[in-house]
This record gives sequence, structure tokens and C-alpha cells, in this order.
Amino acid sequence: MTINELERIASQVRRDIIRMVHGCQSGHPGGSLGATDIVTALYFDQMQIDPAHFRMDGNGEDMFFLSNGHISPMFYSILARRGYFPVSELATFRRLGTRLQGHPTTAEGLPGVRIASGSLGQGLSVAVGAAQAKRLNGDKHLVFVLMGDGEQEEGQIWEAAMYAPAKGVDNLVAIIDYNKKQIDGPTDEVLNLGDLRAKYEAFGWNVLEMSGNNMQAVVNTLKFARENAFQGAPQLILAHTEMGFGVDFMMGTHKWHGSAPNDEQAANALSQLQETIGDY
Amino acid sequence: MDFTIQNNKDTRSGFGEGLLEAGRRNPKVVAFCADLTGSLKMGDFAKEFPERFFQTGIAEANMINMAAGMALSGFVPFTGTFAAFSTGRVYDQIRQSVAYSNKNVKIAASHAGVTLGEDGATHQILEDIGMMKMLPNMTVIVPCDFNQTKNATIAAAEYEGPVYLRFGRPKVPNFTPVDEKFVIGKAQMLQEGTDVTIFACGHLVWKAVQALPILKEMGINAELINIHTIKPLDVEAVLKSVAKTRCVVTAEEHQRNGGLGDSIAQVLALNLPCPMEMVAVNDVFGQSGTPDELMKAYHLDTPDIVEAVKKVVARKQ
Repeated sequence: MTINELERIASQVRRDIIRMVHGCQSGHPGGSLGATDIVTALYFDQMQIDPAHFRMDGNGEDMFFLSNGHISPMFYSILARRGYFPVSELATFRRLGTRLQGHPTTAEGLPGVRIASGSLGQGLSVAVGAAQAKRLNGDKHLVFVLMGDGEQEEGQIWEAAMYAPAKGVDNLVAIIDYNKKQIDGPTDEVLNLGDLRAKYEAFGWNVLEMSGNNMQAVVNTLKFARENAFQGAPQLILAHTEMGFGVDFMMGTHKWHGSAPNDEQAANALSQLQETIGDY
Repeated sequence: MDFTIQNNKDTRSGFGEGLLEAGRRNPKVVAFCADLTGSLKMGDFAKEFPERFFQTGIAEANMINMAAGMALSGFVPFTGTFAAFSTGRVYDQIRQSVAYSNKNVKIAASHAGVTLGEDGATHQILEDIGMMKMLPNMTVIVPCDFNQTKNATIAAAEYEGPVYLRFGRPKVPNFTPVDEKFVIGKAQMLQEGTDVTIFACGHLVWKAVQALPILKEMGINAELINIHTIKPLDVEAVLKSVAKTRCVVTAEEHQRNGGLGDSIAQVLALNLPCPMEMVAVNDVFGQSGTPDELMKAYHLDTPDIVEAVKKVVARKQ
């Protein structure tokens, strides 16, 4: 897929995010908007997947895990747009009886979701387990996991960070959505993450960095990561992103981590995001 | 039931043998252990199936979630550590990624209860049954001796869904049949009687067996049922027995809050209210000591069951 095509999809995903969160007046637009380009590139270009025939076991295809489950609007929009379930279902987000729960879950049987997430810090471990299963199965596909940067404050992250290189789990690509903001404010103020690159390198990871809102950079980096898999070490991509990317008043602040725009704000946001492949 | 003691063995060794057997029967069985391979008796499995054994180091949260991730692809992962670190330490991991996500993970929990002994209360978990049985989708199994633990382990591997398997450290009388098929959720009738029903689990089953001849001498004809599966509870067996005996004693190496007694009381309160006594730890932590000393000190011994039976039978009349 061309960079332009991916960008057009990302624009539609961002519209979906605003409309979903506005529709139910709850959810997490900021991080969703910021991580859109990364996950769009994964699902529409880089991952080898078969959306028409979703398999829980992920055997014979690449797998993706969303560890920071609160950015579910982005995840659901991309899954729907990629064909895992009807786009019209996005309108049910966070409403009683929906398969699109506030945080992703397998309980409602939504195609594309393999495990619940929301309580932070667990996704990297799940991905390491799935990657080891692929090794046992002789399955040469990759496991991708997206984590938040605030999530790096969870101790369990570092259990998994220590384990994966020590055991040579080299079919794993972990991505940190490094927007430097969390719900209470800038990460520097809440709990300084320090030098994440140096920390992961010290644990034995191959660390890459990319501009996470530049589609060309995202595609190039993901491609590079695939080419460098199976060389003994897991890979970590530090994705420099902007929370709220694409909507001017949602950028440069942590205010939109978990709050919904009102009618006026939603209209303003949507006026900045081109409808490309059709609203749901 | 024949109560002849075949030998004295620890239930954790039953788990170790069961895991090895499950691994031989099904190549999808894998095992994780958080630096307690010797304590959990997982060494034989690790030796025979090195590629299917994962030493995680002392990182229980990571272990639980890795097991969930591996279960996705059709593997049957067992996790092994002490019961204290298999539950309270990783409750959120189990809740979100195993129970809510309904993953086929088997949580093997050793050294449960006060019979862990000298290490003291930090390691003697007495709340784990309660924590685990509260989780939707979770099956909770507490076998009573070596043979039953081995057979329960094999059954857990064959069952599809999250399982909490609780066992212990000390050598205890091994009396259940060697290769008896373990049926999850099916209470085990050990002795039929008419005057009182004793529902026991884990190490308290043998303590209750020892109470039977003492009660008989007192003229009390007790029924003894081993509730090796706390959840799903065999409600039918409970009600059938109590409809006959009309009074109940429960016995477990666990807190009264949240344990087997709670589960039985709930069924009876809703269906068949009757006098009931509970032999359990009552809202205190354990302490250091030998297993035998602690079972006496916390009133989890045969004389305590006898006293409870006398009391409940008197209440019935």
C-alpha cells in the first residue's frame, strides 16, 4: 500500500475515533489519535494477517496485542476498517450489550481481539508468551505489541523486559507509544521514565526509534524490524508520537487522555480530519 | 472406601507425577515455573521435555501472562509456584488475562495453608480458595492426597478452561485409589452415614477419616464427602446428603471467610437451612511451627472435627 493510501486510512480512523468517543461521551481520544499511524501501518501494510478468517490461535500469521487497552477506539476502528467486523458496529462503542467494550475483551467474541487488556503492564508478557508459542510451533511469523509510555511505570513490564532477551525471544517487536503524557500529566512530572532507550538496551533489546506520526518513517521502521527479526534479540521501537495528533486543540496537552469532546469540539475536530473512505 | 494407607507422600509430588504424565499424553502441555522447580516437583517434566519447560525466574506476574499468551496458540500451560504467589501476588493478572479472557491456563499452587510450616505466615496462604472461586470462569480444585493430586493434574490438563489446583508441602497418608479417574466437579463419597455430613477438602479429608471411628464409638454415624472441587460445587451431592443427615460440618485448611464452608453454607442457606459448624482458620494469620503443631494450634485436627460434629448434632436435636 502506498504511503498516501495509508494516510487516507489513518485520517478516516481518526474521524472514527472522534465520532465514537463523542457518540458515547466517554473514552480515550488523545492516545488513540497519537497511535493511529503506527497501528494503521501494521494492519494495512506490514502485518501478514487474514482478517476474513480470524483465528484466535494466530497460527500461521502475525499477531498484534494492544497492552494499553484504553486506546480501544483506535484499535476497534482499525479492526473494522480492515474487515474483522462490520464498520457499522463502531456506533455501538461503550454502549450496553456491545462487543466494543470500553477496554478490549474476548468475552463478547469480537473478531480481532485475542485477550483482554486495560489493566496495564500485562501485554508485553502476553506477547512474549505468544512469541514463544510460535517458536515451539516453528511458525516464522512475528508478534507485535503496543504499550503506552506511562505503562512503563508498571513493574511487570520490567519482568518481561528482562525475560525476553534472556531467553532469546527474537520474533517479537514491542512498540512504545512515546507521547510523554499520561492521565495525571507529563510523564516527566508524574514519574520520570528516564532514558528508556538505555534501559531497554541494558536489558538486551535492540532498540529502534521512529517518528510515530510520520507514515513513511513508521513503515520504514517496521520493515526494518521485520528484516532484523530472528537474530537472537527482541526489538523495541520507541515511537515518538504526539497525543491527540491530527486535532490541533487535542495536541500538546494531556487533557484529552480520557475525556470526550462536546458537540462543538467534535465538529471542530472533524473539520480538521478528512473523510476519505466514508464515515460509519 | 478403603482407608488403608498405601504410603505417606506429599501432594506436590502427586502434581509432579501428574504433570509428567499429562506431558507424555499431550505434546501441547507446557510448564512455567518461577524459580521453585524443586519445591513444585517439576524437575522430571523439565528434564523430559526441556523445550516445553520455561524457567521464568522470580517473576510471577510475567509468568501468568506468558502462560495466557501461550495458551492462545493451543498449548496447555501449567504455572508453578507457591500458592501465596500463585494468587494474591498475581490476582489482577489472573483476573484480566486468564479468567476474564477465559484462557486455558492451569495454575498449580503448592505449599498452601499452615502445613507449609516453619516459613510462617508470609508464605502460608489461607485466602487463596476464596480469591480464586470468586473469579468467573475459574475452576478450583483441592485434592486430598498424592494419588488424587496426580489424577487431578491429569484431569486439569484434559479440561478446557482456567483451573486453580491447590496442594501442599508435607507428606500425608495416601489412600485414594492409584489410577482413579478424577472427575472435576463430582464430589467423592468416602463414607455413607445418617447423622451428620462432614464435607472436607485437602489435608482435612484425612483428618476427617480419622474422626470416623471415634464418632462411631460415640454412636454417631457420620457421612464423609470429599469436596475436591470447590468450584463448580457438586450442589446435587451436597443437597442429597444433607437432606438425609440434616446437619453439617465443613473442614478445610483455609480461612472460614471465602472457603469451602462458605460455599456449602451458601447452598444450604438458599435451599436447605440446617445447623452447621465450620472447622477452618478464623480470621487470623498463621505462624512458624511444624505442620502438625500448626494444625493443632489452629484447630484443624481430628479432635476439632469430632468436637464440631458433637456440637452440630446437639444443635440438631
